[in-house]
Amino acid sequence: MTVLAFDVEKRLGDFTLRAAFKAAEGATALFGPSGAGKSTIVNLIAGLIVPDRGCIALDSTVLFDSVNAVAVPPHRRRIGCVFQDGRLFPHLTVRVNLDYGRYMSGLPRDDAATGRVIALLDIGHLLDRRPGRLSGGERQRVAIGRALLMRPRLLLLDEPLASLDAARKREILPYLVRLRDDAKVPMLYVSHFADEVRRIATQVLRIEDGRITAQGGLELLDAGVDLSV
Amino acid sequence: MLDLTPDEWIAIRLSLRIALVATAAALPLGLAVAWLLARKKFWGKTLLDGIVHLPLVLPPVVTGYLLLISFGRKGPIGAFLYDVFGFVFSFRWTGAALACGVMGFPLLVRAIRLSLETVDPKLEDAAATLGANRLWVFATVTLPLALPGVIAGMVLCFAKALGEFGATITFVSNIPGETQTLSAAIYTYTNVPGGDAAAGRLVLVAIALALGALVVSEWFARRAGLRFHGE
Repeated sequence: MTVLAFDVEKRLGDFTLRAAFKAAEGATALFGPSGAGKSTIVNLIAGLIVPDRGCIALDSTVLFDSVNAVAVPPHRRRIGCVFQDGRLFPHLTVRVNLDYGRYMSGLPRDDAATGRVIALLDIGHLLDRRPGRLSGGERQRVAIGRALLMRPRLLLLDEPLASLDAARKREILPYLVRLRDDAKVPMLYVSHFADEVRRIATQVLRIEDGRITAQGGLELLDAGVDLSV
Repeated sequence: MLDLTPDEWIAIRLSLRIALVATAAALPLGLAVAWLLARKKFWGKTLLDGIVHLPLVLPPVVTGYLLLISFGRKGPIGAFLYDVFGFVFSFRWTGAALACGVMGFPLLVRAIRLSLETVDPKLEDAAATLGANRLWVFATVTLPLALPGVIAGMVLCFAKALGEFGATITFVSNIPGETQTLSAAIYTYTNVPGGDAAAGRLVLVAIALALGALVVSEWFARRAGLRFHGE
């Protein structure tokens, strides 16, 4: 079943993104070299960039449609984002960071769900700290938890491990796999590392120079050169 | 201790009231203008920036005179305010607060704008994806992170308002008990024979107030800074 339907054109300076794809349930990897337009696609889906034309739909909701002048603002999309740089709020404790999306989305307090996410990501001992006192890996786990706790309809993970060293990556990858299998939130996973994608993705979209060049299963990772090299 | 006469106390209290009201009234508009200048691109931005900074570079007498001909009883804005609301600026302490607010405004806006520019827009984006609308983003992310600069701006505005002389005296004159601020009182005492002692006392008060404002702002800014980077 299609979860996300994306067909958009967007010019940013010299770069033009013209991409169309459909993503099903599970974890879809958006795989391609730096500068191919991966983050642009994430920002377009999240509503942080407005397309020049095209349409974006999530489940049965149209998020953007240039023909019918639909443009849902980012704060009403209920799409969780985990960015490469975490983007935790430095002035708020981990606890408040985690609760931010739930509160702002107007969801009732759900201690059981919060407890499950905290256990899943193993961040219970960090709750009273501020982000400045977390390690890189801890910060990304909190960022994942923060996005999950707003109960998103889709989780966008934009190179969530790229800023971490190999050891930290190994630390977080299992959590992401658990997330895919237990939380059952559809995920769009952006990466230019084949190893990472192989662990997490169930479907792969290859993107090069602003175009989707292939869509399929994990075999796509072997088809071309490893883009991380 | 300083042995201040009732007249001197009146001038000090009046100055404090004028400076506080001027700062408090300028703050909401200052936040809005600083946010526009820091975050938005729009037609006439350079012009707005220029107008905001005008009181900083114009001779204060000119600013006072411009206020007089626009907010005075016969000025277009002043006449409107009097006819519709019965509100008068000219030769009242409220007029002094207006003059002080206008003179302090560029300092307020500059400090807030600079600190808003240091707030990473990516954090604001993150807040938006988490469901916060623009107002919530500003209230829960932008403003708290810019707080040290906002406090610094308020202190600068307050200090400017406390010391303002030229625009105030031009706009609302120098009426004891109504528009005679600390600075105007010092000026007056230095112009009357035997006023040196009174002027000297008020000078000490002015120094104490200015130092106090600096200490308070430093304390607030440090506390706010600690909240983001410390424990």
